[in-house]
Amino acid sequence: MAFITVTDLSLGYDTQVVACDLNFSVSKGDYLCIVGENGSGKTTLMKTLLHLKEPISGKIETGDGLKENEIGYLPQQTIVQKDFPASVREIVLSGCQGRCGMRPFYNREEKELAKENMERMGITHLAGCCYRELSGGQQQRVLLARALCATRKILLLDEPVAGLDPVVTAQMYELIEGLNKDGITIIMISHDISSAAKYASHILHIGNRLFFGTKEEYLNSDIGRIFIERWKGGEING
Amino acid sequence: MDKLIVYMQYPFVRYALIVGILIALCSSLLGVTLVLKRFSFIGDGLSHVAFGAMAIAAVFQLTNKMMIILPVTILSAVLLLRTGQNAKIKGDAAIAMISVGALAFGYLIMNIFSTSSNLTGDVCSTLFGSTSILTLTSGEVWVCTILSIVVVLLFVLFYNRIFAVTFDEDFSRSAGTKADAYNLMIAIIIAVIIVLAMNLVGSLLISALVIFPALSSMRLFKSFKSVTICSAILSVVCAFAGIVISILAGTPVGSTIVAADVLVFAICHVLGKIRGV
Repeated sequence: MAFITVTDLSLGYDTQVVACDLNFSVSKGDYLCIVGENGSGKTTLMKTLLHLKEPISGKIETGDGLKENEIGYLPQQTIVQKDFPASVREIVLSGCQGRCGMRPFYNREEKELAKENMERMGITHLAGCCYRELSGGQQQRVLLARALCATRKILLLDEPVAGLDPVVTAQMYELIEGLNKDGITIIMISHDISSAAKYASHILHIGNRLFFGTKEEYLNSDIGRIFIERWKGGEING
Repeated sequence: MDKLIVYMQYPFVRYALIVGILIALCSSLLGVTLVLKRFSFIGDGLSHVAFGAMAIAAVFQLTNKMMIILPVTILSAVLLLRTGQNAKIKGDAAIAMISVGALAFGYLIMNIFSTSSNLTGDVCSTLFGSTSILTLTSGEVWVCTILSIVVVLLFVLFYNRIFAVTFDEDFSRSAGTKADAYNLMIAIIIAVIIVLAMNLVGSLLISALVIFPALSSMRLFKSFKSVTICSAILSVVCAFAGIVISILAGTPVGSTIVAADVLVFAICHVLGKIRGV
Protein backbone atom coordinates (compact mmCIF):
# COMPACT_ATOMS: atom_id res chain seq x y z
CA MET A 1 0.00 0.00 0.00
CA ALA A 2 1.38 3.38 -1.00
CA PHE A 3 1.37 6.50 1.17
CA ILE A 4 -0.98 8.30 -1.19
CA THR A 5 -3.03 6.71 -3.95
CA VAL A 6 -4.97 8.91 -6.34
CA THR A 7 -7.58 7.37 -8.61
CA ASP A 8 -9.55 9.12 -11.39
CA LEU A 9 -9.16 12.47 -9.70
CA SER A 10 -10.68 15.59 -11.24
CA LEU A 11 -10.00 18.93 -9.70
CA GLY A 12 -10.83 22.56 -10.19
CA TYR A 13 -12.78 25.51 -8.85
CA ASP A 14 -16.56 25.25 -8.37
CA THR A 15 -17.61 23.38 -11.49
CA GLN A 16 -14.73 24.50 -13.69
CA VAL A 17 -12.48 21.52 -14.17
CA VAL A 18 -8.78 22.35 -14.26
CA ALA A 19 -7.38 18.84 -14.56
CA CYS A 20 -9.06 15.47 -14.85
CA ASP A 21 -8.40 11.71 -14.83
CA LEU A 22 -5.33 11.89 -12.65
CA ASN A 23 -4.02 8.53 -11.52
CA PHE A 24 -0.84 8.19 -9.54
CA SER A 25 0.57 6.91 -6.30
CA VAL A 26 3.36 7.95 -4.00
CA SER A 27 5.23 5.37 -1.95
CA LYS A 28 7.59 5.69 0.95
CA GLY A 29 10.92 7.24 -0.04
CA ASP A 30 9.74 8.56 -3.42
CA TYR A 31 10.74 11.95 -4.76
CA LEU A 32 7.86 13.02 -6.98
CA CYS A 33 8.06 16.15 -9.09
CA ILE A 34 4.86 17.64 -10.45
CA VAL A 35 5.54 19.59 -13.63
CA GLY A 36 3.34 21.33 -16.18
CA GLU A 37 2.55 24.68 -17.73
CA ASN A 38 1.23 27.62 -15.73
CA GLY A 39 -2.46 27.20 -15.02
CA SER A 40 -2.41 23.44 -15.49
CA GLY A 41 -3.61 22.94 -11.91
CA LYS A 42 -0.42 22.08 -10.03
CA THR A 43 -1.21 24.15 -6.95
CA THR A 44 -4.86 23.07 -7.05
CA LEU A 45 -3.70 19.45 -7.04
CA MET A 46 -1.49 20.17 -4.04
CA LYS A 47 -4.36 21.76 -2.14
CA THR A 48 -6.64 18.87 -2.99
CA LEU A 49 -4.02 16.38 -1.75
CA LEU A 50 -3.95 18.32 1.53
CA HIS A 51 -7.75 18.26 1.77
CA LEU A 52 -7.87 22.05 1.65
CA LYS A 53 -10.13 21.67 -1.37
CA GLU A 54 -12.71 19.07 -2.20
CA PRO A 55 -12.00 17.12 -5.40
CA ILE A 56 -14.71 17.33 -8.08
CA SER A 57 -14.59 13.57 -8.48
CA GLY A 58 -12.24 10.70 -7.80
CA LYS A 59 -10.51 9.47 -4.69
CA ILE A 60 -7.44 10.28 -2.64
CA GLU A 61 -6.50 7.52 -0.24
CA THR A 62 -3.79 7.59 2.35
CA GLY A 63 -2.20 4.35 3.50
CA ASP A 64 0.94 2.69 4.85
CA GLY A 65 0.38 4.26 8.26
CA LEU A 66 0.14 7.84 6.98
CA LYS A 67 -2.51 9.94 8.65
CA GLU A 68 -4.11 12.89 6.88
CA ASN A 69 -2.62 15.48 9.20
CA GLU A 70 0.87 13.98 9.07
CA ILE A 71 1.76 15.79 5.86
CA GLY A 72 4.27 18.63 6.07
CA TYR A 73 3.31 21.47 3.76
CA LEU A 74 5.51 24.24 2.41
CA PRO A 75 3.13 26.71 0.77
CA GLN A 76 4.02 29.58 -1.50
CA GLN A 77 4.51 32.78 0.45
CA THR A 78 1.50 34.98 0.95
CA ILE A 79 1.42 38.78 1.01
CA VAL A 80 0.38 38.74 4.67
CA GLN A 81 3.64 37.03 5.65
CA LYS A 82 5.82 39.68 4.05
CA ASP A 83 5.32 42.15 6.92
CA PHE A 84 4.30 39.74 9.67
CA PRO A 85 6.03 40.38 12.99
CA ALA A 86 7.01 36.88 14.08
CA SER A 87 10.27 35.37 15.26
CA VAL A 88 11.74 32.30 13.58
CA ARG A 89 11.22 30.28 16.76
CA GLU A 90 7.51 31.11 16.88
CA ILE A 91 6.98 30.09 13.27
CA VAL A 92 8.88 26.80 13.50
CA LEU A 93 7.04 25.93 16.72
CA SER A 94 3.70 26.52 15.02
CA GLY A 95 4.50 23.45 12.91
CA CYS A 96 3.72 21.40 16.02
CA GLN A 97 0.11 22.58 16.18
CA GLY A 98 -1.21 19.30 14.76
CA ARG A 99 0.38 17.38 17.65
CA CYS A 100 -1.36 19.36 20.38
CA GLY A 101 -4.89 18.10 20.00
CA MET A 102 -6.99 20.00 22.51
CA ARG A 103 -3.99 21.12 24.56
CA PRO A 104 -3.64 24.91 24.34
CA PHE A 105 0.13 25.22 24.80
CA TYR A 106 3.21 23.50 23.39
CA ASN A 107 4.98 21.07 25.72
CA ARG A 108 8.68 20.51 26.23
CA GLU A 109 8.84 17.70 23.73
CA GLU A 110 7.43 19.90 20.96
CA LYS A 111 9.79 22.75 21.80
CA GLU A 112 12.65 20.23 21.60
CA LEU A 113 11.40 19.07 18.20
CA ALA A 114 11.30 22.64 16.92
CA LYS A 115 14.86 23.13 18.13
CA GLU A 116 16.06 19.95 16.40
CA ASN A 117 14.50 20.96 13.12
CA MET A 118 15.97 24.45 13.30
CA GLU A 119 19.38 22.80 13.75
CA ARG A 120 18.71 20.46 10.86
CA MET A 121 17.95 23.43 8.58
CA GLY A 122 20.94 25.39 9.91
CA ILE A 123 18.88 28.30 11.22
CA THR A 124 19.46 27.94 14.98
CA HIS A 125 21.40 31.20 15.05
CA LEU A 126 18.36 32.99 13.56
CA ALA A 127 15.88 31.72 16.17
CA GLY A 128 15.25 35.15 17.69
CA CYS A 129 15.26 37.00 14.38
CA CYS A 130 12.25 38.51 12.72
CA TYR A 131 10.95 36.44 9.81
CA ARG A 132 10.30 39.40 7.52
CA GLU A 133 13.92 40.55 7.76
CA LEU A 134 15.42 37.27 6.51
CA SER A 135 16.56 36.59 2.97
CA GLY A 136 14.37 34.51 0.66
CA GLY A 137 16.48 31.40 1.13
CA GLN A 138 16.44 31.74 4.92
CA GLN A 139 12.67 32.20 4.90
CA GLN A 140 12.25 28.98 2.93
CA ARG A 141 14.45 27.16 5.45
CA VAL A 142 12.23 28.45 8.25
CA LEU A 143 9.09 27.21 6.51
CA LEU A 144 10.79 23.90 5.76
CA ALA A 145 11.71 23.51 9.43
CA ARG A 146 8.08 24.21 10.30
CA ALA A 147 6.87 21.59 7.81
CA LEU A 148 9.31 19.09 9.34
CA CYS A 149 7.74 19.70 12.75
CA ALA A 150 4.44 18.56 11.31
CA THR A 151 5.72 15.32 9.80
CA ARG A 152 8.42 12.69 9.84
CA LYS A 153 7.10 11.03 6.72
CA ILE A 154 6.09 13.19 3.79
CA LEU A 155 6.64 16.77 2.62
CA LEU A 156 4.61 18.66 0.03
CA LEU A 157 6.58 21.56 -1.43
CA ASP A 158 4.95 24.19 -3.61
CA GLU A 159 7.71 25.74 -5.74
CA PRO A 160 10.27 25.87 -2.94
CA VAL A 161 12.84 27.70 -5.08
CA ALA A 162 10.58 30.38 -6.55
CA GLY A 163 12.34 33.75 -6.41
CA LEU A 164 15.67 32.41 -5.14
CA ASP A 165 18.98 33.11 -6.83
CA PRO A 166 20.88 30.23 -8.50
CA VAL A 167 23.31 29.59 -5.63
CA VAL A 168 20.58 29.49 -2.99
CA THR A 169 18.41 27.42 -5.32
CA ALA A 170 21.15 24.80 -5.59
CA GLN A 171 21.54 24.75 -1.80
CA MET A 172 17.79 24.34 -1.39
CA TYR A 173 17.71 21.38 -3.77
CA GLU A 174 20.59 19.75 -1.92
CA LEU A 175 18.80 20.28 1.37
CA ILE A 176 15.66 18.65 0.00
CA GLU A 177 17.67 15.78 -1.50
CA GLY A 178 19.27 15.24 1.90
CA LEU A 179 15.85 15.02 3.54
CA ASN A 180 14.77 12.51 0.91
CA LYS A 181 17.86 10.38 1.61
CA ASP A 182 16.96 10.47 5.31
CA GLY A 183 13.77 8.67 4.35
CA ILE A 184 11.31 11.54 3.98
CA THR A 185 9.03 11.25 0.98
CA ILE A 186 8.93 14.37 -1.18
CA ILE A 187 6.21 15.72 -3.44
CA MET A 188 7.32 18.90 -5.15
CA ILE A 189 5.78 21.29 -7.62
CA SER A 190 8.45 22.68 -9.89
CA HIS A 191 8.86 24.89 -12.91
CA ASP A 192 12.46 23.86 -13.17
CA ILE A 193 12.40 20.72 -15.31
CA SER A 194 16.17 20.27 -15.39
CA SER A 195 16.36 20.03 -11.59
CA ALA A 196 13.33 17.78 -11.60
CA ALA A 197 15.16 15.53 -14.03
CA LYS A 198 18.24 15.61 -11.80
CA TYR A 199 16.74 14.90 -8.39
CA ALA A 200 13.31 13.30 -8.78
CA SER A 201 12.57 9.59 -8.80
CA HIS A 202 9.11 10.02 -10.33
CA ILE A 203 7.52 12.66 -12.52
CA LEU A 204 3.87 13.64 -12.81
CA HIS A 205 3.16 15.86 -15.79
CA ILE A 206 -0.22 17.55 -15.85
CA GLY A 207 -1.73 19.69 -18.55
CA ASN A 208 -3.32 18.82 -21.87
CA ARG A 209 -1.52 15.49 -21.82
CA LEU A 210 -0.90 13.49 -18.67
CA PHE A 211 2.09 11.44 -17.71
CA PHE A 212 3.03 9.58 -14.59
CA GLY A 213 6.04 7.33 -14.22
CA THR A 214 9.64 7.16 -13.19
CA LYS A 215 12.06 9.86 -14.27
CA GLU A 216 13.72 7.56 -16.80
CA GLU A 217 10.41 6.71 -18.42
CA TYR A 218 9.55 10.41 -18.60
CA LEU A 219 12.81 11.43 -20.20
CA ASN A 220 12.31 8.78 -22.87
CA SER A 221 8.66 9.61 -23.50
CA ASP A 222 7.40 11.96 -26.23
CA ILE A 223 5.70 14.30 -23.80
CA GLY A 224 8.82 14.57 -21.67
CA ARG A 225 11.12 15.25 -24.59
CA ILE A 226 8.81 17.90 -26.03
CA PHE A 227 8.45 19.60 -22.67
CA ILE A 228 12.18 19.68 -22.03
CA GLU A 229 12.87 21.03 -25.52
CA ARG A 230 10.35 23.80 -25.04
CA TRP A 231 11.75 24.58 -21.62
CA LYS A 232 15.26 24.86 -22.99
CA GLY A 233 13.90 27.05 -25.77
CA GLY A 234 12.63 29.42 -23.11
CA GLU A 235 8.93 29.02 -23.86
CA ILE A 236 8.17 28.06 -20.31
CA ASN A 237 9.28 30.43 -17.61
CA GLY A 238 11.55 28.75 -15.10
CA MET B 1 -3.29 65.90 41.37
CA ASP B 2 -5.59 66.96 44.20
CA LYS B 3 -8.34 67.42 41.68
CA LEU B 4 -7.82 63.85 40.48
CA ILE B 5 -8.01 62.44 44.00
CA VAL B 6 -11.24 64.33 44.60
CA TYR B 7 -12.67 62.97 41.37
CA MET B 8 -11.60 59.42 42.19
CA GLN B 9 -13.99 59.45 45.12
CA TYR B 10 -16.93 59.51 42.73
CA PRO B 11 -17.99 56.01 41.71
CA PHE B 12 -18.74 57.05 38.11
CA VAL B 13 -15.11 58.08 37.62
CA ARG B 14 -13.87 54.76 38.97
CA TYR B 15 -16.36 52.89 36.75
CA ALA B 16 -15.19 54.83 33.72
CA LEU B 17 -11.55 53.97 34.45
CA ILE B 18 -12.26 50.27 34.99
CA VAL B 19 -14.38 49.89 31.86
CA GLY B 20 -12.05 52.03 29.77
CA ILE B 21 -8.97 50.02 30.66
CA LEU B 22 -10.68 46.67 30.16
CA ILE B 23 -12.01 47.60 26.74
CA ALA B 24 -8.65 49.01 25.68
CA LEU B 25 -6.99 45.76 26.77
CA CYS B 26 -9.43 43.50 24.89
CA SER B 27 -9.46 45.52 21.68
CA SER B 28 -5.67 45.71 21.51
CA LEU B 29 -5.25 41.93 21.94
CA LEU B 30 -7.17 41.15 18.79
CA GLY B 31 -5.98 44.28 17.03
CA VAL B 32 -2.69 42.65 16.08
CA THR B 33 -4.46 39.75 14.39
CA LEU B 34 -6.94 42.00 12.60
CA VAL B 35 -4.31 44.38 11.28
CA LEU B 36 -2.23 41.47 10.00
CA LYS B 37 -5.23 39.80 8.39
CA ARG B 38 -5.90 43.07 6.55
CA PHE B 39 -9.09 43.67 8.48
CA SER B 40 -8.13 47.01 10.01
CA PHE B 41 -11.45 48.52 9.04
CA ILE B 42 -13.63 45.82 10.50
CA GLY B 43 -13.92 47.82 13.71
CA ASP B 44 -15.32 50.72 11.76
CA GLY B 45 -17.70 48.57 9.74
CA LEU B 46 -19.03 46.62 12.70
CA SER B 47 -19.46 49.69 14.84
CA HIS B 48 -21.70 51.17 12.17
CA VAL B 49 -23.69 47.96 12.12
CA ALA B 50 -24.01 48.25 15.89
CA PHE B 51 -25.14 51.84 15.41
CA GLY B 52 -27.84 50.71 12.97
CA ALA B 53 -28.96 48.00 15.38
CA MET B 54 -29.05 50.53 18.17
CA ALA B 55 -31.31 52.78 16.08
CA ILE B 56 -33.73 49.89 15.57
CA ALA B 57 -33.64 49.12 19.28
CA ALA B 58 -34.37 52.77 20.04
CA VAL B 59 -37.35 52.81 17.68
CA PHE B 60 -38.87 49.77 19.35
CA GLN B 61 -38.10 51.45 22.67
CA LEU B 62 -36.47 48.35 24.06
CA THR B 63 -35.12 48.77 27.56
CA ASN B 64 -32.37 46.25 26.95
CA LYS B 65 -30.82 47.39 23.68
CA MET B 66 -28.07 44.74 23.90
CA MET B 67 -30.68 42.11 22.99
CA ILE B 68 -30.64 43.42 19.43
CA ILE B 69 -27.23 45.03 19.10
CA LEU B 70 -25.11 42.05 20.13
CA PRO B 71 -26.66 39.36 17.88
CA VAL B 72 -26.80 41.65 14.84
CA THR B 73 -23.17 42.69 15.24
CA ILE B 74 -21.98 39.13 15.80
CA LEU B 75 -23.84 37.99 12.69
CA SER B 76 -22.23 40.73 10.58
CA ALA B 77 -18.77 39.94 11.96
CA VAL B 78 -19.17 36.27 11.10
CA LEU B 79 -20.33 37.09 7.59
CA LEU B 80 -17.46 39.52 6.99
CA LEU B 81 -14.64 37.37 8.35
CA ARG B 82 -15.87 34.05 7.03
CA THR B 83 -16.38 35.03 3.44
CA GLY B 84 -12.97 36.73 3.60
CA GLN B 85 -10.87 35.10 0.91
CA ASN B 86 -13.25 33.55 -1.56
CA ALA B 87 -16.13 35.99 -1.60
CA LYS B 88 -17.23 37.68 -4.79
CA ILE B 89 -17.02 41.02 -2.98
CA LYS B 90 -13.56 41.23 -1.40
CA GLY B 91 -12.88 42.02 2.25
CA ASP B 92 -12.42 45.78 2.13
CA ALA B 93 -15.31 46.38 -0.25
CA ALA B 94 -17.62 44.16 1.81
CA ILE B 95 -16.73 46.05 4.98
CA ALA B 96 -17.26 49.43 3.29
CA MET B 97 -20.62 48.27 1.94
CA ILE B 98 -21.97 46.99 5.24
CA SER B 99 -20.54 49.93 7.14
CA VAL B 100 -22.02 52.70 5.00
CA GLY B 101 -25.29 50.84 4.51
CA ALA B 102 -25.84 50.27 8.22
CA LEU B 103 -24.94 53.86 9.04
CA ALA B 104 -27.38 55.22 6.48
CA PHE B 105 -30.22 52.94 7.59
CA GLY B 106 -29.55 53.67 11.23
CA TYR B 107 -29.79 57.42 10.68
CA LEU B 108 -32.81 57.02 8.41
CA ILE B 109 -34.70 54.96 10.96
CA MET B 110 -33.81 57.35 13.75
CA ASN B 111 -35.05 60.24 11.64
CA ILE B 112 -38.34 58.72 10.54
CA PHE B 113 -39.33 57.26 13.89
CA SER B 114 -37.77 59.97 15.97
CA THR B 115 -38.89 59.96 19.59
CA SER B 116 -36.56 62.58 20.92
CA SER B 117 -36.44 66.29 20.28
CA ASN B 118 -32.67 66.48 19.99
CA LEU B 119 -31.98 64.01 17.18
CA THR B 120 -28.67 65.42 16.03
CA GLY B 121 -27.43 65.34 19.60
CA ASP B 122 -28.49 61.70 19.99
CA VAL B 123 -26.76 60.61 16.80
CA CYS B 124 -23.65 62.57 17.66
CA SER B 125 -23.39 61.01 21.11
CA THR B 126 -23.88 57.49 19.75
CA LEU B 127 -21.23 58.02 17.12
CA PHE B 128 -18.69 59.83 19.23
CA GLY B 129 -19.48 58.30 22.61
CA SER B 130 -19.56 61.71 24.29
CA THR B 131 -20.41 61.11 27.92
CA SER B 132 -21.98 57.66 28.05
CA ILE B 133 -18.90 56.24 29.76
CA LEU B 134 -19.49 58.63 32.65
CA THR B 135 -23.06 57.42 33.14
CA LEU B 136 -22.35 53.70 33.53
CA THR B 137 -24.28 51.77 36.13
CA SER B 138 -22.61 49.21 38.36
CA GLY B 139 -24.51 46.48 36.48
CA GLU B 140 -22.96 47.53 33.18
CA VAL B 141 -19.54 47.57 34.79
CA TRP B 142 -20.03 43.98 35.93
CA VAL B 143 -21.17 42.81 32.49
CA CYS B 144 -18.18 44.53 30.93
CA THR B 145 -15.77 43.04 33.48
CA ILE B 146 -17.04 39.51 33.01
CA LEU B 147 -17.00 39.71 29.22
CA SER B 148 -13.49 41.17 29.28
CA ILE B 149 -12.24 38.34 31.47
CA VAL B 150 -13.77 35.82 29.07
CA VAL B 151 -12.13 37.54 26.08
CA VAL B 152 -8.69 37.62 27.73
CA LEU B 153 -8.98 33.99 28.85
CA LEU B 154 -9.98 32.83 25.37
CA PHE B 155 -7.13 34.80 23.85
CA VAL B 156 -4.54 33.34 26.22
CA LEU B 157 -5.84 29.78 25.83
CA PHE B 158 -5.93 29.93 22.05
CA TYR B 159 -2.94 32.23 21.64
CA ASN B 160 -0.85 29.66 19.76
CA ARG B 161 -3.70 28.71 17.45
CA ILE B 162 -4.59 32.32 16.74
CA PHE B 163 -0.97 32.97 15.83
CA ALA B 164 -0.81 29.92 13.57
CA VAL B 165 -4.08 30.67 11.80
CA THR B 166 -3.16 34.32 11.30
CA PHE B 167 0.29 33.54 9.95
CA ASP B 168 -0.66 30.77 7.55
CA GLU B 169 -4.21 29.49 7.29
CA ASP B 170 -3.47 26.85 4.66
CA PHE B 171 -0.67 25.32 6.65
CA SER B 172 -2.83 25.24 9.78
CA ARG B 173 -5.59 23.46 7.92
CA SER B 174 -3.16 20.93 6.47
CA ALA B 175 -1.92 20.25 10.01
CA GLY B 176 -5.46 19.48 11.12
CA THR B 177 -6.27 22.77 12.90
CA LYS B 178 -9.85 23.82 12.44
CA ALA B 179 -9.05 27.23 10.98
CA ASP B 180 -12.69 28.04 10.26
CA ALA B 181 -13.64 27.52 13.88
CA TYR B 182 -10.90 29.87 15.01
CA ASN B 183 -11.88 32.50 12.46
CA LEU B 184 -15.44 32.23 13.76
CA MET B 185 -14.22 32.65 17.31
CA ILE B 186 -12.17 35.73 16.37
CA ALA B 187 -15.23 37.19 14.62
CA ILE B 188 -17.48 36.67 17.63
CA ILE B 189 -14.93 38.08 20.07
CA ILE B 190 -14.35 41.18 17.95
CA ALA B 191 -18.10 41.78 17.71
CA VAL B 192 -18.46 41.56 21.49
CA ILE B 193 -15.54 43.95 22.00
CA ILE B 194 -17.00 46.47 19.57
CA VAL B 195 -20.40 46.45 21.24
CA LEU B 196 -18.66 46.96 24.58
CA ALA B 197 -16.44 49.69 23.20
CA MET B 198 -19.36 51.68 21.81
CA ASN B 199 -20.00 52.85 25.36
CA LEU B 200 -16.49 54.13 25.64
CA VAL B 201 -15.48 55.87 22.47
CA GLY B 202 -18.61 55.66 20.35
CA SER B 203 -18.97 53.91 17.00
CA LEU B 204 -16.66 56.09 14.97
CA LEU B 205 -13.53 55.83 17.04
CA ILE B 206 -13.50 52.10 17.72
CA SER B 207 -11.19 51.43 14.78
CA ALA B 208 -8.61 53.59 16.46
CA LEU B 209 -8.70 51.46 19.61
CA VAL B 210 -8.26 48.32 17.53
CA ILE B 211 -5.50 49.39 15.15
CA PHE B 212 -3.35 52.07 16.78
CA PRO B 213 -1.80 50.03 19.61
CA ALA B 214 -1.08 47.17 17.18
CA LEU B 215 0.53 49.46 14.61
CA SER B 216 2.54 51.28 17.26
CA SER B 217 4.03 48.12 18.74
CA MET B 218 4.72 46.69 15.27
CA ARG B 219 7.12 49.62 14.78
CA LEU B 220 9.12 48.54 17.81
CA PHE B 221 8.97 44.76 18.18
CA LYS B 222 9.64 41.81 15.97
CA SER B 223 8.05 38.75 17.49
CA PHE B 224 4.33 38.11 17.69
CA LYS B 225 4.42 37.68 21.44
CA SER B 226 6.26 40.92 22.16
CA VAL B 227 4.07 42.84 19.71
CA THR B 228 0.92 41.53 21.40
CA ILE B 229 2.13 42.30 24.93
CA CYS B 230 3.41 45.73 23.95
CA SER B 231 0.18 46.68 22.20
CA ALA B 232 -1.83 45.62 25.26
CA ILE B 233 0.34 47.79 27.52
CA LEU B 234 0.28 50.79 25.15
CA SER B 235 -3.48 50.54 24.78
CA VAL B 236 -4.10 50.38 28.53
CA VAL B 237 -1.75 53.29 29.22
CA CYS B 238 -3.36 55.42 26.51
CA ALA B 239 -6.87 54.65 27.75
CA PHE B 240 -5.92 55.50 31.32
CA ALA B 241 -4.15 58.71 30.34
CA GLY B 242 -6.96 59.68 27.98
CA ILE B 243 -9.67 59.26 30.60
CA VAL B 244 -7.71 61.10 33.29
CA ILE B 245 -6.88 63.99 30.96
CA SER B 246 -10.44 64.24 29.72
CA ILE B 247 -11.72 64.45 33.29
CA LEU B 248 -9.18 67.06 34.31
CA ALA B 249 -9.38 69.14 31.15
CA GLY B 250 -13.05 68.58 30.42
CA THR B 251 -12.43 67.19 26.92
CA PRO B 252 -14.52 64.43 25.26
CA VAL B 253 -13.37 61.00 26.49
CA GLY B 254 -13.25 59.10 23.19
CA SER B 255 -11.40 61.73 21.21
CA THR B 256 -8.89 62.23 24.01
CA ILE B 257 -8.07 58.53 24.16
CA VAL B 258 -7.62 58.35 20.39
CA ALA B 259 -5.47 61.48 20.44
CA ALA B 260 -3.25 59.77 23.01
CA ASP B 261 -3.08 56.68 20.75
CA VAL B 262 -2.07 58.79 17.76
CA LEU B 263 0.61 60.53 19.79
CA VAL B 264 2.04 57.20 20.97
CA PHE B 265 2.03 55.91 17.40
CA ALA B 266 4.04 58.94 16.29
CA ILE B 267 6.55 58.38 19.11
CA CYS B 268 6.86 54.66 18.31
CA HIS B 269 7.32 55.41 14.63
CA VAL B 270 10.20 57.77 15.37
CA LEU B 271 11.74 55.33 17.87
CA GLY B 272 11.47 52.53 15.31
CA LYS B 273 13.22 54.65 12.68
CA ILE B 274 16.01 55.52 15.10
CA ARG B 275 16.50 51.87 16.07
CA GLY B 276 16.27 50.78 12.47
CA VAL B 277 19.20 52.95 11.34
